[in-house]
Amino acid sequence: MAKILVVTSGKGGVGKTTTSAALGTGLALRGHKTVLVDFDVGLRNLDLIMGCERRVVYDFVNVINGDATLNQALIKDKRLENLYILAASQTRDKDALTQEGVEKVIAELAEDFDYVICDSPAGIEKGAHLAMYLADEAIVVTNPEVSSVRDSDRMLGLLSSKSKRAEEGREPIVEHLLLTRYSPERVETGEMLSVEDVEEILSIKMIGVIPESQAVLKASNQGIPVILDEESDAGQAYSDAVERLLGKDIPHRFLEVQKKGFLKRMFGG
Amino acid sequence: MEQTDLLEQEPEQQAPAFQLKGSMLTLTTLELLSNDLAALDSQLAEKAAQAPDFFRDAPLILALDKRQPGDLPDLAELLTLCRNHGLRPLAIRSEQEEELAAAAAIDLPVLPLSLARDRNLPAQPQPAAPKEPELLPARIINSPVRSGQQIYAKNADLIVTASVSAGAELLADGHIHVYGAMRGRALAGINGNTQARIFCQQLGAELVSIAGQYKIAEDLRRIPAWGNAAQIYLDGEQMHIIAL
Ligand SMILES: Nc1ncnc2c1ncn2[C@@H]1O[C@H](COP(=O)(O)OP(=O)(O)OP(=O)(O)O)[C@@H](O)[C@H]1O
Ligand SMILES: [Mg+2]
Repeated sequence: MAKILVVTSGKGGVGKTTTSAALGTGLALRGHKTVLVDFDVGLRNLDLIMGCERRVVYDFVNVINGDATLNQALIKDKRLENLYILAASQTRDKDALTQEGVEKVIAELAEDFDYVICDSPAGIEKGAHLAMYLADEAIVVTNPEVSSVRDSDRMLGLLSSKSKRAEEGREPIVEHLLLTRYSPERVETGEMLSVEDVEEILSIKMIGVIPESQAVLKASNQGIPVILDEESDAGQAYSDAVERLLGKDIPHRFLEVQKKGFLKRMFGG
Repeated sequence: MEQTDLLEQEPEQQAPAFQLKGSMLTLTTLELLSNDLAALDSQLAEKAAQAPDFFRDAPLILALDKRQPGDLPDLAELLTLCRNHGLRPLAIRSEQEEELAAAAAIDLPVLPLSLARDRNLPAQPQPAAPKEPELLPARIINSPVRSGQQIYAKNADLIVTASVSAGAELLADGHIHVYGAMRGRALAGINGNTQARIFCQQLGAELVSIAGQYKIAEDLRRIPAWGNAAQIYLDGEQMHIIAL
């Protein structure tokens, strides 16, 4: 049985899709059979970031409607053996995803895969609810600013009360916090919240702090998940997050302002 | 389920012939102070002349415990004397052996002193003591209360052992305790209970309110207890916020 993971945030544009692609790829790299499911009906970003947009024939809604089988719709990643993508529909009909249909498809995926990663649309409305409803664990993606943190807080409230687990009175969804677009310089100048601030406000465990990085935009333009850019700080930070997701306890990196030159360090510049 | 049970039982049940109810009656007590029945007779006649309405068929308790020491007057004679003046003695109040025996002999009920205090006389059967207010268990929340969530403890206290986010709301008819950062809204005593209080480990609330009186963050920020453990309560119209 797969572990069902939702990547969610409340606020839009904080890095959910970037994170879904990175974590899914990282899990597949470590030998876990993983499928990425794009719940963002109408926008369809995940296939772009994964670089498989030209191979999308059938999508999530086609499978729900019975126009295609799962096998027909699943796109196999061209780089990794055990990584698959189920694309979102381009339809503008926001009601194309039904609760019943989603449950059926996710259950079918859960039989075959180790990890099902659900990339949630922004907001706290129906689409976001469908994406998190069946989750076992949640990655709550937050940027270090007040409005993003507030929305994540709201989403955490929904995760603890509106999920299937909550409704059935089972063990609650395991919640992880992923802070991204973190810029230690801007924390120092007081423009952004610090890791400690965010942890204190949300009081859940931090699974990763991803620095603000040029590498992210570059990778997404090339259709390569940033975690495969092993030289980059963001790629390494995502790799650490995958390790923590798998249970390793490793320290966070990239939290400090980049060291200045040798002389300045010597003489405390 | 209850519905069918009731229906099935109905044919077996007879219409009740009586029911018992506790009640409090206010009765006049005649405390006999002397043993001189002649004196009593003339003084009662005097009083009855002043207030004939009061004395007409007035039920009363005949208290013997304040009587001066000496021989007990004949009880039957005493009762007749009272009735002659329009009084209707129901029972005697006494704890003394001899008096109890005399009352039993003429089948007159007795109220022990403890039950027959002052002007509030319980009738028989003894009324049930006013019911103690029932203690409703506090509502206890052990996980963070998030923005957009609202928790209400009806007729009870509310205890949160985790943090309360900005945008979250706590409501209680009783007290509110927060053993974590309190950044949301806390409204205690919302049914009008001015005795309700708010206790929190780290006061950073957007709003606190007791029985409808409130303060918002702008006011709270200026208070020394802001950011620290605090207790909030009402003293009349005045809301007090003090360090814990
Ligand atoms: N660590 C980062 N450093 C710099 N830019 C980033 C980082 N993470 C994400 N971005 C950029 O932020 C933008 C939004 O990212 P992404 O699409 O992953 O967000 P999203 O939460 O999925 O958005 P939506 O709510 O629209 O689905 C993209 O342009 C992406 O390149
Ligand atoms: Mg997205």
